[in-house]
Amino acid sequence: MSETSAVASVDEYLALNKYEVDEANAHIELVDEPNDDEFDKLIMVCPAALYKRNEDGKKFFDYAGCLECGTCRIICGNTIIKKWEYPQPSMGVEYRFG
Amino acid sequence: MADFDAIVVGAGCAGCVAAYELARAGKSVLLIERGNRAGAKNMTGGRVYSHALKAVFPHFEDEAPIERKISHERISLMAPDSNFTIDFSSYEMLSEGKDSYSVLRAPFDQWLASKAEDAGAECIFGIAVEKLLLDNAHRVFGVSAGGDSITADIVLLCDGVNSLLTAQGVEAAQPAPGEIAVGVKQTIELPETVISDRVLAGSHDEGAAWLFAGDATKGIFGGGFMYTNKTSISLGVITGIEAQAKYGKASICRLLEDLKANPAVAPLIKDGKVVEHSGHMVPEGGINTMPTLVGDGVLVAGDSAMMCINLGYQVRGMDYAIAAGMHAGREAAKAIDAGDTSKAGLQGYVRALKDSFVLKDLEKFQKVPAFMGHFNRMFCGYPEMLRDIMNGMFIVNGAPAEPIKGTIMQAAKQVGFSNLLKDMRGAMKAL
Repeated sequence: MSETSAVASVDEYLALNKYEVDEANAHIELVDEPNDDEFDKLIMVCPAALYKRNEDGKKFFDYAGCLECGTCRIICGNTIIKKWEYPQPSMGVEYRFG
Repeated sequence: MADFDAIVVGAGCAGCVAAYELARAGKSVLLIERGNRAGAKNMTGGRVYSHALKAVFPHFEDEAPIERKISHERISLMAPDSNFTIDFSSYEMLSEGKDSYSVLRAPFDQWLASKAEDAGAECIFGIAVEKLLLDNAHRVFGVSAGGDSITADIVLLCDGVNSLLTAQGVEAAQPAPGEIAVGVKQTIELPETVISDRVLAGSHDEGAAWLFAGDATKGIFGGGFMYTNKTSISLGVITGIEAQAKYGKASICRLLEDLKANPAVAPLIKDGKVVEHSGHMVPEGGINTMPTLVGDGVLVAGDSAMMCINLGYQVRGMDYAIAAGMHAGREAAKAIDAGDTSKAGLQGYVRALKDSFVLKDLEKFQKVPAFMGHFNRMFCGYPEMLRDIMNGMFIVNGAPAEPIKGTIMQAAKQVGFSNLLKDMRGAMKAL
């Protein structure tokens, strides 16, 4: 399916960005067993394509490539996003162009 | 005695200019930015209109890291199988104070922050303000950042569209998904001459701004954008968060990939190298979603105050942020001098904004967000109508010619005459 290939290529694009990933501390956390419809909204809007489903419909989320835009907080902050903080000092994305 | 006269949160357009003005007025000011340097967490389409910058830095052209002066304004209506483009250029849009420049925020914000620092502002980078310090009377008297408490007579919240502090500072409600758009952008490197040639720029100092409506978002509220930098092209897609989440036909990242592959865009970026993939929100709800601009010991400026306008053919935010930052800095300094940084003492800031284009524009265009949000035919309907009319005008196939009037009437009938009238009336009212 075309969607999977786009998601795969986004990961390659994110690899071009400069990040300091905070392995010890997730700045975004989802609730356990997030609602399908809410999760699918995040697939549509996340500019880093961090919210994914595989062919079996299993959900995946990894904060490591986060662009810290806050879109998921705005759309699902009251539903399936349990925690949304900015990354710890000096962590996260660092735009070289912006 | 507070640690500083003023603390500015966020080293973007509003924050840097506010800190610069406060420092120039002789105030002790601390500028706190969560990125490791100014601009590290920031992104724009983007283009800045010069007038606001000029009011603060009259000779910014000589020193600011601006990319290209925009000499071509292009707007496209894209149907899935066609593209209709307007290309406008004029001498007037190049003249001083009416000109605009493409910028990249990483270098641009660093320059702005350096102006504040040179003027005497103290800067801390790499630390986010976690919360505001409030006394029992709900007056802001400082910030908590990196575990330290730092106090000031006034805190200026210039921390952007995704502010986690305005709720605490001025009791701002979290913006609704219908009031905010999300943008994804790639910076695509290309040789300077190639960029100039491809967008028909007259020189390497000039370039194009380009907006795409219709198939760029597969009919959803939003659009594609392209701005030429010196040695890169900024290409991206913006969609309303609510519209995209509910009705989106493909993920926003997919939309960008499809836009890049579109025959109207692909030749522009051919052989270009993607060097950065970025994302950011855009406040598009207008004045009706603006939080209270001042509270006791606190004020809000720029994107955190939703100071942004998307008219479809014109997208502005940075000039509002710069002007708001200027007024915020100047009026905060006056309030400090007067010894009154209470909500009442900070009304000078609100008055200054009301007297300036910032609140006048936002007031004037207050009906635009609702209009644009329901202007579905702009994104799916009109691009197709134009396609049919243009096909009728330009295609010659040897069949007996149809009168052009018939072609136009036929295409308009598809959309519906009453819809056309309704949209025209709506546009007249809102714009």
